[in-house]
Amino acid sequence: MRQFITFTRKEFYHILRDRWTMLMLLAFPLIMIILFGFGITTEIKNSKIAVYDPSKDLATQNIIKKLETSEYFILSEYLNSPDQIELIFKEGKIGLMVVFSERFYENLIHTGDAQILLIADGTDPNTASTLTNYASRIIMMYLQELTDIEHLPFQINTEVKLLYNPTLEGAYNIVPGVMGMVLMLICALMTSVSIAREKELGTMEVILVSPMPPLLIVLSKVVPYFTISLINFTNVLILAVFLLGVPVNGSLFTLYLVSIIFIFVALALGLLISSVTNRQLVALLMSAMGLMMPVVMLSGLMFPIENMPLILQGIAQIIPAKWYIEAIRDVMIKGLGPADVIKEIGILSLMAVVLIGASLKKFKIRLE
Amino acid sequence: MKVIEAENLTKKFGQFVAVDNISFQVEKGEIFGFLGANGAGKTTAMRMLCGLSKPTSGQGKVAGFDIEQQPEKVKANIGYMSQKFALYEDLRVWENLRLYGGIYGIPSREINEKIHAALAQLGIENEKDTMVKSLPLGWKQKLAFSTAIFHDPKIVFLDEPTGGVDPLARRQFWELIYEAADRGITVFVTTHYMDEAEYCNRVSVMVDGKIEALDSPKNLKKQFDAKNMDQIFHQLARKATRGNN
Amino acid sequence: MHAVKVHEIKRNYNKVEALKGVSFEVRPGEIFGIIGPDGAGKTTLFRILTTLLLADSGTAIVDGNDVVKDFKEIRKKVGYMPGRFSLYQDLTVEENLTIFASIFKTTIEENYHLIKDIYQQIEPFKNRRAGALSGGMKQKLALSCALIHKPVILFLDEPTTGVDPVSRKEFWEMLANLKREGITILVSTPYMDEANLCDRIALIREGSFLKIDSPQNIVNQYSKRLWSVRSNDMSRLLKDLRTHKNIMTCFAFGDTHHVTVNQEKPSGEEDRFGFKDLKDFLEEKSHSEIEITAIDAGIEDCFMELAN
Repeated sequence: MRQFITFTRKEFYHILRDRWTMLMLLAFPLIMIILFGFGITTEIKNSKIAVYDPSKDLATQNIIKKLETSEYFILSEYLNSPDQIELIFKEGKIGLMVVFSERFYENLIHTGDAQILLIADGTDPNTASTLTNYASRIIMMYLQELTDIEHLPFQINTEVKLLYNPTLEGAYNIVPGVMGMVLMLICALMTSVSIAREKELGTMEVILVSPMPPLLIVLSKVVPYFTISLINFTNVLILAVFLLGVPVNGSLFTLYLVSIIFIFVALALGLLISSVTNRQLVALLMSAMGLMMPVVMLSGLMFPIENMPLILQGIAQIIPAKWYIEAIRDVMIKGLGPADVIKEIGILSLMAVVLIGASLKKFKIRLE
Repeated sequence: MKVIEAENLTKKFGQFVAVDNISFQVEKGEIFGFLGANGAGKTTAMRMLCGLSKPTSGQGKVAGFDIEQQPEKVKANIGYMSQKFALYEDLRVWENLRLYGGIYGIPSREINEKIHAALAQLGIENEKDTMVKSLPLGWKQKLAFSTAIFHDPKIVFLDEPTGGVDPLARRQFWELIYEAADRGITVFVTTHYMDEAEYCNRVSVMVDGKIEALDSPKNLKKQFDAKNMDQIFHQLARKATRGNN
Repeated sequence: MHAVKVHEIKRNYNKVEALKGVSFEVRPGEIFGIIGPDGAGKTTLFRILTTLLLADSGTAIVDGNDVVKDFKEIRKKVGYMPGRFSLYQDLTVEENLTIFASIFKTTIEENYHLIKDIYQQIEPFKNRRAGALSGGMKQKLALSCALIHKPVILFLDEPTTGVDPVSRKEFWEMLANLKREGITILVSTPYMDEANLCDRIALIREGSFLKIDSPQNIVNQYSKRLWSVRSNDMSRLLKDLRTHKNIMTCFAFGDTHHVTVNQEKPSGEEDRFGFKDLKDFLEEKSHSEIEITAIDAGIEDCFMELAN
């Protein structure tokens, strides 16, 4: 036990005395969440819109006027045919396209069912979703006024269509995504680099020629990064709630439980990487390319999994971060309980067990 | 003709005086041994002479150029070889030579001739295309020396060039040094092998940043009443007080 | 029982044969030196004996334990100091020592007597980070760390490489003290002059042992006639000596040249080739201040003879 304590203390010394690394470890997650957070909350003003209005009646004129007078939008042009829509987006002149159905007012009065299509450029999902949200809100306000006057239940179906990235999900996605990224980065990358460093410096050589069991070497490496990861997770959570206003609808306990399991998965991946290489640089690149890229690209953080080619969807299933992000989203945003994310917890636990087993088995008790 | 002139050279790092007011001269074609215990200030002094580090005070001229005012000219006229780094292991023998030829601005048609001549001198023409990492250590060391004098520098600085080399290769290496000196290249060399100090024309021994002895090995042995350089080194280095800093 | 018993150990790296089958025994309590240049296979051998590497073939027993099967036992009782400085540079002197004491499940106090002489020299700097120590002090700290658990056998891989002659001498004095404590020491070095400080040595070159014996016996077995020669122009002397048909080899050794001579005269004359013949030859080549003496070989002469 004393072996373990001294050795763990040593790992803490390494981290605490390397001020820049320490700073990076703690500041990086905060910077990420703040950067992404700004992406989410930035107000958009004076965005150019185009309108295609085949009805040209009282209701459509009123709605267009409301849009135009709001601080968010400037009407840049009327289109004469829906064929021009694609073109005008390609030219990148406008941020939002408003398309009214034919005989809009008539339908609104008689069937209580008129249609508006809002089209936005999905390549910039955050802006797109903000624009469509504002437009929808303005349309709803008009509807409300109409209802107040006529005392009739009108209904406008506002349909949102995003070009290029049709199923943009809520901006809240970002927070679980950043959490997955941060935990994966710190646990896997730092563990693999710190073991590779001992091999590079030659200290591993001396430690191996000692009665210190390999399991203890590994565990004492893992403890500090585990601790730092929990601190980071807490920091990100606090920032998400108080700075970005992302709600925590589910239980904190479940959030932490899922995160701890995910941390174990990431730590085990770091250990596996370190058993493959003896060099810090290789460990760094492998963690960054081999782990970070899939997390960013395939976990649904940036691109929705449903829209990927089938083969990538398959690969996405074995990416731990995908399950983690899903579970966090369910608990944090949707407020689901532990029972609802039991599948994710199960899969992550299985991954943790398999990876920890493999990494302990692969940990080299000799130099080669 | 003097090719190295150091006058009251001093280098301080904060309060610590690494090189303390050293003065000496080296003649063209001389083999000058620069001895001292670990931490005596040899490396710092050598860095100043190579134009890599500015002296805190004092002057130095190497190959006729001021080490503080014209470090680039100094660098163009010296060669440098250290035990730690000398050659790119993942380049072939000729690629290493060509690289250094290129660095020192030798015209490419001359480079080929010179590569041929250098390899012929070492007797390793057949290894022209070999990766440096697969050469035996003794050959690497000799090749590193050829590389250091590839551009015919006026002076070549050798920092512990023979560490860990087998006895035979060590002697072959020194024969290369002699040949270079005969061609008029001045050789400035540090070593931990005291028998190698005997091969030098003159030897200086640094203790705690100062030059405590400087003369030919023969005169030094008389002066210190010693049988060999090893005894002189021990007499002097034992006096060191900062060895433990 | 032997402290170390090695039988026909072979080890390749890719296609390079690092060890071509070496066998030797180390007696308990002796200082056994493995002497040879870099790349001869010393580090590979040490790593096999300290259970860090597996040999391709052959067996090795360290203090009665097989290096493959009983590696855990061996790791408990040997001390190992690798060639490069392998301590934590960002930890202090004392922290390093504490870590090594605790991974060997002991304390600094328990075996303090063993490291006292060595550690006392660096104790004034115990709060300094290891990375900021001078070469000599790093070496002392590394040795203290390797000794802290009172190992039965100490493996020192090139402890004196790159160290100046004075520090090297001090280091060997420390080893002599440890020997008195009954610790068996295996040490490797590229410096031939350190051979005489060992009880027995193995000369190693290109993965094979050239000879295993006490330094004295190796020197006694030197078969050739060896003269030391000097003149006023040592550089030219070397070249001139090599042109003489009775001189087989000629190498610079400090301030003299060592030549091995064939004393048979080719024409079948009765006298053997002697000092006077050589002196005449050199005078003819206009050398002056000529001195020729017959000398006993040193380890370096032996190594060069055996290597040829």
